[in-house]
Amino acid sequence: MSDELEDLYQDIILDHHRKPRNRGQMESPTSVGEGFNPLCGDELTVFLKMDGDKVADVKFVGQGCAISQSSASLMTQRIKGKTISEVRTAIADIKELLVSEKEPPIAVQERVGDAIALKGVRKFPARVKCATLAWHALETALGGSGKVSTE
Amino acid sequence: MKKTGARSAAKFDVAAVREDFPILDTQVGNHTLVYLDNAATSQKPQAVIDAVSHYYSATNANIHRGVHYLSGAATDAYDRARITVAKFINAAEPRECIFVRGATEGINLVASSWGRQNLKKGDEILLSGMEHHANIVPWQMVAELTGAVVKVIPVTDGGELNLDSIGSLLTPRVKMLAITHVSNALGTINPIQELIQRAHAVGALVLVDGAQSVPHLRVDVQALDCDFFAFSGHKVFGPTGIGIIYGKAKHLEKMPPYQGGGDMIERVTFEKTTFRGLPERFEAGTPDISGAIGLAAAIHYLEKFDHTALAAYESKLLAYATDAVAGINGVRIIGEAPEKVGVLSFVMDGVHPHDIGTVLDNEGIAIRAGHHCCQPLMKRYNIAGTARASFAFYNTTAEADQLAAALVKVKKLFS
Repeated sequence: MSDELEDLYQDIILDHHRKPRNRGQMESPTSVGEGFNPLCGDELTVFLKMDGDKVADVKFVGQGCAISQSSASLMTQRIKGKTISEVRTAIADIKELLVSEKEPPIAVQERVGDAIALKGVRKFPARVKCATLAWHALETALGGSGKVSTE
Repeated sequence: MKKTGARSAAKFDVAAVREDFPILDTQVGNHTLVYLDNAATSQKPQAVIDAVSHYYSATNANIHRGVHYLSGAATDAYDRARITVAKFINAAEPRECIFVRGATEGINLVASSWGRQNLKKGDEILLSGMEHHANIVPWQMVAELTGAVVKVIPVTDGGELNLDSIGSLLTPRVKMLAITHVSNALGTINPIQELIQRAHAVGALVLVDGAQSVPHLRVDVQALDCDFFAFSGHKVFGPTGIGIIYGKAKHLEKMPPYQGGGDMIERVTFEKTTFRGLPERFEAGTPDISGAIGLAAAIHYLEKFDHTALAAYESKLLAYATDAVAGINGVRIIGEAPEKVGVLSFVMDGVHPHDIGTVLDNEGIAIRAGHHCCQPLMKRYNIAGTARASFAFYNTTAEADQLAAALVKVKKLFS
């Protein structure tokens, strides 16, 4: 297997794929965001339960590849208990990690925690949309409820 | 002259054939390309590449309007291409073969032109559950416009049309049966001859989507007696951007133009325009001249083979690949019709098709992963998508072995 492929399917990614964290429906969420990738048909729904300014709970359901599912799982870990402004930073960090042309700053790489494992996706342009799907859905949920397409 | 693999000997020599396709030598990382995405598009033999290149270096001009030498040469080549196509599918006359961008545009042409003229509220358009979006959406659009209703022939678990329901579906309300000859997602060869007869018996016309059949089967539109037949050049070893919609002259002659523009008119005034006959009426604007010439070159290339030997090779290759892939624990083949062309769709327990596709790409193997523009069919099987390896006559059993070995790696990575 090539180095690139090993970077893509790192142990953290495979672990979150096999044992997704915070996966499942949520009773009475405060907002819901849906993400849809029309090219591959992947669908993902993010549920948020806000307690004032904080994410008291977050869950996701959906179907998709190892990258989209592990990214969603990593996302829930990253944002649970965080304030809205911290969540917005987390989203900006992931976008920087996945789509910026330059190597992301060390501060960003440190801040993202385990989600650093998604960095390997950078070398697979066709798969970036898989990794960003959950985060787009989260962004939609933050702005109230709604649907977002990655097109 | 380079040696060519296409010759009339009954024996099929795959090694010689591969020499005709320069792209097959492509290196993907440390691997030689294994191209198993032929149902998406086929690769092009040197003869086609040369024909297109020759057109642009020696014959390029606009057709049907210049009085100069080159325009005459381009017009001749374009018109000869139509004759080649007509012979290839055994159309009664070349004017029954309209050059379009591909099967998709061909179906849109019929749905729009014939559909708007002939469909009315309560009429039915019968499709099958294994149609490509290209043979669903144009009919939905014209149904919306006319008040016609779209009905669907169901698909069995094994990937065949469920013909038990045909009696109740194929009523005199049906005005058009639009059906795929071969399923792009499953490989199933449908019994279209029988369906065409039964549709005609209730007064319905039949459009056959031949995008996936023409690369593998010999098609005779007169023997089939279909009313319309659509296919794409790029899936049959020709260039992209060119395709054919065949229609019986008696239908095409009555149909209004699909697009307006130059080349399709007799006389234009601001009060009224009169249209030319077939095929010009349906070819507004400057057509894809080089594409038509490239498609004709692809057909000439194909016709050098002994079709029986070629079909036997393809069928042996599919059987070999099916055994190799189906033997892997946790892999399930989607589409197990007894009559199939070289399409091998499958799912693997716990592994999404896209992940399969990425790992295979890392081994130099090109397959398609996803819904294959057949979302209703995927829903029917309750799956998000499949991984699909699709074969052409230049593929080998060694490549099928490489596919199977790579799938074992996929399984190991995700277990």
